[in-house]
This record gives sequence, structure tokens and C-alpha cells, in this order.
Amino acid sequence: MRAALLIQRGGAGEAPREERFELDFEPGESVLDGLRRLRVSADATLAFRYACLNANACKECMMLLDGRVIYACTARLEPREMRLAPLPNKVLLRDLATVIAPPDERL
Amino acid sequence: MTHLEADVLIIGAGGAGMYAAIEAVRRGAERVLLLDRSLIGRGGATVMAQMTVAAAVGAGDHWEHHLADTLTAARGLADPALAALLCEAGAACILEMDEWRVGWARSGDALAAVQAPGHDRARCVYVDFLNTGPAVSRTLRAQVQRVGPAIRRLGEVAVTDLVVQDGAVTGAVALHVASGEALTIAAPATIIATGGLTRLYARNSASANMSGDGYALALRAGATLVDMEFVQFFPFGHLAPRLIGMDPIMWDPFRYKLGGRLLNGAMEDFLDRWGGDAEQGRYSTTRDLATYAITKENEAGRGSPHGGAWLSFTHIPEAELRAAFGPVVDKLAANGIDLTRDCIEVSPIAHYHMGGVRVDPRMRTDVPGLLAAGEAVGGANGANRLSGNAITEALAYGRTAGREAALLAAKGPVRGFAAGLALELLRASGPAVNTAAMVARLQRVMSEDVGPFRTAAGLDRAAAAVAELQAELGLAPPGVPGQPHDLARLDWLDLRQMLLVAAAVIRAARAREESRGAHQREDFPEMREEWRVNQLLRGEGLALSRQAVPA
Ligand code: FES
Repeated sequence: MRAALLIQRGGAGEAPREERFELDFEPGESVLDGLRRLRVSADATLAFRYACLNANACKECMMLLDGRVIYACTARLEPREMRLAPLPNKVLLRDLATVIAPPDERL
Repeated sequence: MTHLEADVLIIGAGGAGMYAAIEAVRRGAERVLLLDRSLIGRGGATVMAQMTVAAAVGAGDHWEHHLADTLTAARGLADPALAALLCEAGAACILEMDEWRVGWARSGDALAAVQAPGHDRARCVYVDFLNTGPAVSRTLRAQVQRVGPAIRRLGEVAVTDLVVQDGAVTGAVALHVASGEALTIAAPATIIATGGLTRLYARNSASANMSGDGYALALRAGATLVDMEFVQFFPFGHLAPRLIGMDPIMWDPFRYKLGGRLLNGAMEDFLDRWGGDAEQGRYSTTRDLATYAITKENEAGRGSPHGGAWLSFTHIPEAELRAAFGPVVDKLAANGIDLTRDCIEVSPIAHYHMGGVRVDPRMRTDVPGLLAAGEAVGGANGANRLSGNAITEALAYGRTAGREAALLAAKGPVRGFAAGLALELLRASGPAVNTAAMVARLQRVMSEDVGPFRTAAGLDRAAAAVAELQAELGLAPPGVPGQPHDLARLDWLDLRQMLLVAAAVIRAARAREESRGAHQREDFPEMREEWRVNQLLRGEGLALSRQAVPA
């Protein structure tokens, strides 16, 4: 199956732009599986957060899918256009990565 | 650029690092700095551990019985003093965790315990359902917070080098990932609590941030690594169908509890064919043997469709499955798995590293000012770790290292701190390279030729591939400094450590011409008495020496 990920790119203070990436996937794979594969095959600078791969233990991989908050490691890839954007209520770091550390754990 | 000072610097906020922080303050340290590359208490291996924890806390048990089992599993290579500390201090930590309300499952007045393979009795405590690691992490995190301002927590910091001054470690240089800025930290005592090296392998059971960086930090600072050839593969890692939202090694506790059957592609029992016990509802086959059996069954063309083995619970009544799996049944259903009907496929997955930084029983390395704790330490588990010992080790060694670090810090602040070249690396700017693709290549090389079964030819091939990657990596990270969350640059800095650590594993594996525990040489299939020695590696040149196993 094939999905098209429309990913919001850019850092804080830049005008956000949307980039389109197509990728093949096996049924059952997660959005995070897809994003990690895109870093290898297409663009290593694509930024998003994750630590636990797919165990849903670190809670770092939150982002917006078609406007709704998801965990990228538990939302599944689907054979359609899927629009990914960073969390809107957090400070943007770059692309899909935002500042989510508790305030007293930041520099 | 930010410069921080601390009495005790702790690199890594998993079970070992958090316990170390708590203990350091209890022993008088006033400024503990607890760092993690991701978020505090959420990355690393501890939070992923859904399994059980071994500790001699039951009636009639004694830590010496646990020690005997640990030493047997270790195939003659464990350092008995380190193993004894794991078993004795570990039991105390498990009880302290109980006081901190971690929520160990109960049976009557006592802690519930299961008998995992290699143990002489039911000794493995757990938190239902599949919640051991998250509960341990959450509990330690709450305790760290209760300590208050004496522990400063700082996430998203990747330590890239230790600073050595007049032969002692006096702090570290780090990348602040969120801002892309360099960071320096001076401290009279530094604890490496970075966990293992599972990220070197394509299929692994821990977090993305277990890059073996602590081993590389230690080597570059002049400390010694031990037993680096012994990488533990967990035999029953989830393989297919794609399972998300769950730890890939979640199946094992259910095998103990319920008696899941391990079957080959033809749905036959096969463990006994390769020297394991025909299981018949009892799980006595050790991890290394089970890994061997699954691999050999596949080589013989009798694997499951994706190259593993089937795990079946279909013979178990639905009510019993429901009682044992609890809410996990629903999570499985969301993945399209109905255990009353479906078998799942499992295969060996990189899980834990027996090798690591050599320390004494007070967690001190050979370099003054530098300690290690948890999985980063080598020596306690020899050639094969007993199941349930990893969290115990994290807690026991964390506590020990925290105490020792506080003692060191009490001798006063560091006298010199010159970050020098380490800082220049973080300010350098090199050509663009696809570092994510290079990580994937390294993972493939390690999985193919440095997995549980090795040959001289395969190891030489891997060494050449690592050297090639090293040459491609160049001398400076891609992009420019100061970019927030720059993963391409972070991967470069990780690769710098991963390639050194991969070379260390390969070198030790190539030199050990025998098969023992997790290290199986197909060209040297026997375990040999003259190889009952530990291999040590020193320096970035990986100078190798051998030493009798400590008595
Ligand atoms: S990657 Fe850890 S929760 Fe999603």
C-alpha cells in the first residue's frame, strides 16, 4: 500500500511550508514507522520526536494528523493523503518537533 | 554558551541514573545534575521493561541463592563481587521501591513472584499488566521530584565527550538538542548511566537512544571495557504481524504464566531438537539456547513465514487468557490479534548488553572521577544474563554509584576544566551526509554478521564495513551548529560513538575463539576452559588484553 504524507516543515520564525512524501507500507505500520523510513530514504533532516520506537512508553511522539492530536507510534499509516503538523499549542523546534519537556526540566 | 556546575553529574535518567540521583542526595550531595538525551525518566530501557524483576525477597529465599543462579547463567565469566552486589543490594532496592509504592503485584501478604528460566524458585516480581518498567520509572521519577532542588533535571542533552584533566574526569561536553547549542558541565564525580547498545541492531527491544554512547565516552576518557562480545538476544521478540503501541518483548511473562507453545513453521515443538527441554508447559530453556534453536530451525528451512517461530496460546481457554492478559487483550485486538485463534511470530531481538564499563564493586572505573551504573556496567552477568536481572542491576548499581559519587564530591570541586577539542567538534560544520541512512546500514551490518552467531569471515566483513562507514562519516557533523532539534547532526554525533562501540564488539568477538553464552562462533562451536577469561579493551585503538575472571 502507498501513503502520501504532507508534512509541515520549517523552524520557529520561518514561514511553514508543506512537503509531500510518498511511501510504501505494510498494513499495520505506524506513522512513526513511516517517518523513520523517510529519514533514511528521503531526508535525514526531517525532524520529529520519539524515544521508545513503538511501545507508547515515552509519550514524545505527539503531533497533529489531519488536525487531530495523535501519537505517531500508534496511529497507523493509511493508503491516502495524511497531513502531519506539529502540536499547535507548543513552542516549535523544527518540522514536527515541539518543546514538550516540563518547564523545570529545560535549560 | 551555557556552563553548568554540579557536585554529581549523572548521564542518563533511566532506573540507574534516577536511583543514583536520589542516593547521592541522601548521602550529602547538594547539587546533582541528572541529564537525559530524551525526557527524564521516559527514555532508555527501564520504561520499556514490561517483564519481571528478579530479587530474593520471598520467604525462604536468600540473595545467595539468587547469586548462585546468576553465576550459573553467566557461564563462568561473571565477576562474583559485582554479581553479589546485584543480588544483595538489589533485593533491598526492590523493597524500598515497594515502600515508594511502585505497586508490585501481591499474593496474600507477600509479593507475587513467578519462576523465570534459570531461577531455582519463583523469584521474579512484577507490576500488572505488563507495567513493570513504566511503574518503576514513574515511581523513581516521583521520588526524584520529591527530593526537590538538590536534583536538577535536564532533558534533551546528549553528552558527546567527557572532560579529562590531569588524568581525572572533571565533567562533560554536551549538545543541547533542543537548541543545538553546546553545553559544558564541570563536576568532581560523573556517573555513566546511559544503558546499553541495542540501537546498533536493526531489530531491538529498547529505546531509540541506546546507542552505546556511554561505552564510547568511557573509552575515550581512558576507562576500560570488559566482555564487549556478549550481546544478549532475546529469543521471543515480536516479529509479525506488525504490533504497535506495545513492547516487542511483551510475550515472555505470558509464556511463564500460561504456557504458550513455541512451534516451528510446521507447527511442531522443536526446542528439544537443539538441546532445550521439551517444554510441556514449563519454561526451563535459557535465552541463549532458545535463540540458537529458533535460528537453527530457520536455517533448516522450518521457520515461520517471516523467519521466526510461532508462539501459540490457542490451547488455553479464553477465560484464562482474559484473566492473565487483562486489558492487553484489547490492545492486541486493536492490532488484529485474537489469541484464541491466532498464533503470532517471534524471533530473536537485540535486548541487552552483558559487556560494558569495567568498575569495582563501588562502581568506580579506572579513571578518577568517573563511575558507571546499570546496564552500562560490564561484568556482573558474564556471558549470559539471567532473566529478571536487568532492572535489579539498574537499581542496585545506581544506588551504589550515587553513594560513591557523593563521597567523591565531598572532597571538593574540580580543580581544572578545559573542554578543548570536544567543544570544537560541536562548533564544527561538515558536508551534508545522510546520517540516518548510515545508521541503518550499520544496523544491517551488525544484525547480519555480529548477531548471536558469528564466524571469522563474517566478523571481518563487519569490521571492514564499519571502517568504511567511519571513513564516510568524515571529521565534522553536517549542517551548522545552533539549529534546534537537528536530527541529522545528532545522528552524526551518535554514529561517531556507535562506530567505535561496534568496532569494540567486533574486535572482542573476533578474538574469542570459542562459543559461550551469548557469543556463539560457528567456526569454534565448543566452550573451552582456557577461554574462561575476560577480555578487556582500552583506548580508541581498542587495545585488547585478557585477564583471569576475578575470584
Ligand atoms: S514513540 Fe514513544 S510514545 Fe510514541
